[in-house]
Amino acid sequence: MAKRGITLYLHVHQPLRVRDYSVFDTAIDHNYFNDPDPLSDRNNEKVFRKVADKSYRPMNALLEKLLAEHDDFKLSLSITGTFLEQAEKWAPDVIASFQRLVATGKVEIVAETYYHSLAFFYSRTEFERQVEAHKTKIRELFNVETSVFRNTELAYNDSLAQWADEYGFKGILAEGWDPILDWRSPNFVYQPEGTKNISLLLKNYKLSDDLAFRFSNKAWSEWPLTANKYTEWANASIEDSPLINLFMDYETFGEHQWQDTGIFDFFEDFVGRWISNPDNTFYTVSEAIDANKPVGELSMPATVTWADAERDLTAWLGNSMQQEAMGHLYALEADILRTKDADLINDWRKLQTSDHAYYMCTKWFSDGDVHAYFSPYESPYDAFLYYMNVIRDLRWRLHETHRTGALNG
Amino acid sequence: MLGWELPPHNSGGLGVACYHLSKALALEGASIDFVVPYSAPHDNIDYMEIHNATTLSPLDRYGMGAYDSDFTVVTEPGSTVTDVKDIRGVQRHYTKYVERLVGRKEFDAIHAHDWLTMEAGIRAKQLTGAPLIVHVHATEFDRAGGNQGNPIVHEIEYQGLMVADRIIAVSDITKKIIVNKYGIPADKVEVMHNAIDPTSFDDGYTYDNRTYRYLEGLKEEGYTVVSAVTRFTIQKGLEYLVRAVAKASERYDRIALLLAGDGEQRNELIELASELGISDRIFFTGFVRGKQWRDAYNVSDIFVMSSVSEPFGLTALEAAHHDNALIITKQSGVSEVLNSIFTYDFWDIDRLADQIVGIATSDALKNSLKENVLNEYAQLSWNDVAAKCMTMYKSTHKARERVFA
Repeated sequence: MAKRGITLYLHVHQPLRVRDYSVFDTAIDHNYFNDPDPLSDRNNEKVFRKVADKSYRPMNALLEKLLAEHDDFKLSLSITGTFLEQAEKWAPDVIASFQRLVATGKVEIVAETYYHSLAFFYSRTEFERQVEAHKTKIRELFNVETSVFRNTELAYNDSLAQWADEYGFKGILAEGWDPILDWRSPNFVYQPEGTKNISLLLKNYKLSDDLAFRFSNKAWSEWPLTANKYTEWANASIEDSPLINLFMDYETFGEHQWQDTGIFDFFEDFVGRWISNPDNTFYTVSEAIDANKPVGELSMPATVTWADAERDLTAWLGNSMQQEAMGHLYALEADILRTKDADLINDWRKLQTSDHAYYMCTKWFSDGDVHAYFSPYESPYDAFLYYMNVIRDLRWRLHETHRTGALNG
Repeated sequence: MLGWELPPHNSGGLGVACYHLSKALALEGASIDFVVPYSAPHDNIDYMEIHNATTLSPLDRYGMGAYDSDFTVVTEPGSTVTDVKDIRGVQRHYTKYVERLVGRKEFDAIHAHDWLTMEAGIRAKQLTGAPLIVHVHATEFDRAGGNQGNPIVHEIEYQGLMVADRIIAVSDITKKIIVNKYGIPADKVEVMHNAIDPTSFDDGYTYDNRTYRYLEGLKEEGYTVVSAVTRFTIQKGLEYLVRAVAKASERYDRIALLLAGDGEQRNELIELASELGISDRIFFTGFVRGKQWRDAYNVSDIFVMSSVSEPFGLTALEAAHHDNALIITKQSGVSEVLNSIFTYDFWDIDRLADQIVGIATSDALKNSLKENVLNEYAQLSWNDVAAKCMTMYKSTHKARERVFA
């Protein structure tokens, strides 16, 4: 009988935010991502340096320490291409620290789209190109191959699983959402409907979100959360099942939950407690799949994500601004790719990062749940206007430089 | 002359009208003391004496525009006026200043512009017995755009209009409101349409086709650019314009809309455009000044004044100067002085869409509208307005002398 294991998977990502790009910049200035204002929240370098200090450096140091102390401690990371490019420019030591983690052999890299995009829902060919680009980047920097896939925002459905199966991935990640699971538990491995060789790992959202969202919430009845209490919950959850899949943003540690909330100490304490029980261990995502045969088939015909009470794509594609913006962007695919202009193609891809659409989300106006959303813009409307102006500028470049496409989209 | 703003420290048309009217009056021989509620240099004005009623900077005052009655004043560091929380506080200081001014200097007439300065005007008349002329550029009914409006502002307007010896309305539309809504006798109100001083545009500006480069690109592809240069408030009827552009786009796909300005309705308009699926055709510039403002007129082919209620509408004349074909609501005063324009009722989206498509698809129509309106707007002169004002000053002064004789 295999040990009871926690599959810890952390998602590392930074988008390239669009600066305040006005009508007056359009067709004149092709710089979209470098905000000259050092204090602006759209200044990607500023944001990156801040998060590096608050989260990436201290958390990687802690992970390195725990990996050295505990043979059984393991984890998985997905690291986006847009993150890696920024880290290479502004914090090469952070890249080096991730490389040291991977070199221990106990840290698995999970595959995804290079640009953290929703391309799967717009263009299958573009989506595959971005998965390839990510694989290549990971190979170059870490000298490893990826074999388990996660889609942006954990946006998952049966046809994605079927694609990943045919592509050759052995595993795929998704949200363990009650309305889908019904009586079933997320603490087992499943097989996606209509697939042959791929396994499905489901996020235990209760235990994951206790850390990611609730840890520092003083209004929460369980605050303050101690490692002791959390270990009890984990023991209760895993009874009669093999796994607990804790999936969350890497930035939970230090950025979403600041150091002064005690998150780092909590985490170190918890890892030690969990492993002190000889029946317990940690798994990488591949090991979790290798150690556990699927207990049954699971179908998710409609797309499920890890966001909001709805667990759907409405935070990204729910309103007409988001739909228009993405529609116009992806409509440029053929014209952009035909140019073979690397700068233009890269800019177009950076605009596919899902965060851009997220900043245009208005549904929290009705939810009243403003604090659940973070945006560097004054309003979703500003985010939309800047973004539309950038799309127009892409068209301008196509038109002026490459004589392909018309300005009218 | 009691005003609230003068260029370049103006938030809208009121300051422009006051500037040109005063200049023309000075040419007619009037000696003018002009009171503004802030302190700032007006180096461009040498034809009258400008009084700064407070030490507030125009930045303190910008939010207050000449138009909004509900806002708070954020005092700039360094201001010596510290007890001012809102526009009423500024008005209090303004009135006190005017009281002191009329105490040390004699005036033949008091000319007060809009509700902002009416209380000061009433006070000056009480203290000096000089005739009070109230010049109405907009009423609270216009600003409220069909809503109730602020009752305090209504009351001040009513008092000012009652106490005034004579009233100047900037259009027949405005005169009707003054008579019908405030119960003022019609013969007390004289209509003097605003004018435009084309020489004020001769400042070395040239259009370089660059500011709105993308729109210029669209024009090369056969697009017609429709524009509105305005504040985004309910009064301006922009929602109807956006809907009309959506309708027009169904029939003719080469139409772009430039919305130059900013205001409380902006987000609503952005959302509406995306619901109608025409975000890509609309260009939001934000607040524009100087060259960007001039260029907005220049890149445009059709200027639409979509106001639900517009006492005059100076921007239409500015657009005419910059070679635009004009479409103006029947609810805008400026339509009373122009013939070579299309007009529509502000709610009539179908008609507006028709007119836009009609102009966009016929160069002959577009060009004749542009050329003919150029001739018409050039006939409107501030000198004529000033001459009428001088006659009014003299007649009220004489009437009063007779009364007191």
